[in-house]
Amino acid sequence: MTTQTSATAQTSSTAQHSTTTQTPDSRALHVLEFPGGYTRSTGPVIGRFLTGLRDGRLLGVHTEDGRVLVPPTEYDPQTAAALGGADADWVEVGPAGTVTTWTWVTDPRPDHPLDRPFAWALIKPDGADTALLHAVDAGSKAAMATGMRVHPTWRDDRVGSIKDIACFAPGEGPADVPAPAPAPDGAELEPVSMITVPSRLEYRLRPGTVWNHFIDGMAAGQIRGTRCTTCGKVYVPPRGACPADGLPATEWVDLPDTGVLTTFAVNNVPAAGAPEVPFISGYVLLDGADIAMLVLVSDVPWQEVRLGMRVKAVWVPEAERTRSVKNLKWFAPTGEPDVPFERYEEYV
Amino acid sequence: MPGSPHARSVAIVAFAQSEHSFSDLGWTEADLVMPLVNEVLETTGLQRSEIGFTCSGSNDYLVGTPFSFVAALDTIGAWPPIAESHVEQDAAWALYEAWVRIQHGDVDTALVYGFGKGTVGDYAGISSLSYDPYYVAPLMPGDVGMAGLQARALADAGFAVDPDPTPPPPTDGAAAVILAAGDTARRLCPRPAWITGLDHRIEPHGLGTRDLARSESARQAARHAGVGAGPVEFAELHTRFEHEEALLRRELGLSEECVVNASGGPRKADPVMATGLIRIGEAAARIHDGGARRTVAHAAAGPCLQHNLVCVLEAGEAGTAGTAGTAGEAGED
Repeated sequence: MTTQTSATAQTSSTAQHSTTTQTPDSRALHVLEFPGGYTRSTGPVIGRFLTGLRDGRLLGVHTEDGRVLVPPTEYDPQTAAALGGADADWVEVGPAGTVTTWTWVTDPRPDHPLDRPFAWALIKPDGADTALLHAVDAGSKAAMATGMRVHPTWRDDRVGSIKDIACFAPGEGPADVPAPAPAPDGAELEPVSMITVPSRLEYRLRPGTVWNHFIDGMAAGQIRGTRCTTCGKVYVPPRGACPADGLPATEWVDLPDTGVLTTFAVNNVPAAGAPEVPFISGYVLLDGADIAMLVLVSDVPWQEVRLGMRVKAVWVPEAERTRSVKNLKWFAPTGEPDVPFERYEEYV
Repeated sequence: MPGSPHARSVAIVAFAQSEHSFSDLGWTEADLVMPLVNEVLETTGLQRSEIGFTCSGSNDYLVGTPFSFVAALDTIGAWPPIAESHVEQDAAWALYEAWVRIQHGDVDTALVYGFGKGTVGDYAGISSLSYDPYYVAPLMPGDVGMAGLQARALADAGFAVDPDPTPPPPTDGAAAVILAAGDTARRLCPRPAWITGLDHRIEPHGLGTRDLARSESARQAARHAGVGAGPVEFAELHTRFEHEEALLRRELGLSEECVVNASGGPRKADPVMATGLIRIGEAAARIHDGGARRTVAHAAAGPCLQHNLVCVLEAGEAGTAGTAGTAGEAGED
């Protein structure tokens, strides 16, 4: 994703993954998720705080002017001075604290810390000058108040995450800290340096007019494109606007399912639509089209795939077709002579 | 800064927005943006080839498709290649970038557009992913949860606001603006809306380090944009939640007489990533139609008004409504 990067972020070993399936009301369920979670390195300051959570302790960091920041940041938000470099900069706070503001959640989500109505609150632990966000299990909205005292409830299975605190509860405590599970080999745990956060978003998409007409074609084994009425270029898959002219591309064109391979890649990592490796992805310029289309190439040893190869679509048998682009399985060589590069170089 | 001796005078010469939808009609990004681009081109009489710079604002997470903003480029005729940029933010910040680009002096016009489909996704989840990834995002507080913390803080501080906010309606929509400099603006528009002040400021990302009953960033942006240098007849504020108006009125220094969100504002339609640009467009439209001589627009991003942009628009480019030379005040922050 372009939007989820930071200096310390690392993508998990599993690539971002999205799937789309049809829902009964004609909207498609689209899921965007990072299987196995999105992995980030913590750096020393955040890592030390999260290590403290795993130990069942709340840690803050001193600023130069004597304030204590909880949760700690790598830099002083007021002076930009680097923080937490020395052991003496760190101080244990709380665990009890005071609610500085709050808001009630009537309908918790499945990914919320609690499965019953609760409050989000900013909580200033005793000894801290700033507040951290967490859930307060108050039982009812009437039990919540700014200024109320709360204490953390710790999870048994702590891993070095903000969710090692199950929630906060009203009152001073006792804040019992269940002993963490020992490491399998009895070794001391390493300080926390990474977090892995599940990330899953669901969408309900309604295909637009252009896409619907394209899918209707695919259901019948027909590839459809659109033509710009100004410049005459044919786009496939179809698009509603001509990218050269910025005007509607509204004329429909039925295209043959034959073309020329303009470029390709041999992939050795499985993908959602191609579980077996190596698989070949490539761009095919269909006969009569003005833009190459991303497809799979098969029925040919990968060593024999080449630019300029003539190819033809391989469809699923008519009886098994659905209203889906998956009807078009892949493109396979036709055996015709290769097309000279000059004939398709404009489209590479 | 606008108003400084070195700044070029830049005006908004055209504005268009979609008929926003509160359910998914299957519109693609191109469907949303194309009619608006054609409308602002028609309003100004400009050809696509005459646009010096193009900048857009959107968020790929709204539809869950990486690089979804690229699809919208189809609408602007981006081939042969044009000078183009994109911000993963509200398009009000795309307008800021375009204003800076025109200050380079080699281009006189810019097209700015923003679009968002809020009806297809889970905005509480999407907004949570934009928060601190270590301390906040795993909890999934969402935009309404975060707003509730500020609403309560304001109520506790004595503001007459409802401490339990409700979100604006999920909305699909888009907006487009054309900026032009100096004589080009005068040629393209009978009543250009001159940008006499433009500034944006941001607060620390740690929510618990901020005083949520104040918005220091909004106050500073307003001061540097010169809001207080003259009367403000209309203001368009990026208030996704009711309680934010009371705070912003105070931080921007708006008088009781100032009419806020005459357009209906974000509470009536909130095409995320276009909502802020629409505030600037609506404030400009009051000057285009002769309804006002001096208006203010505000855009916000981040939880609890973390990031604030303030734009002052005037019928006269040199601050005829009371500003003297420099619109922005140098005063202490």
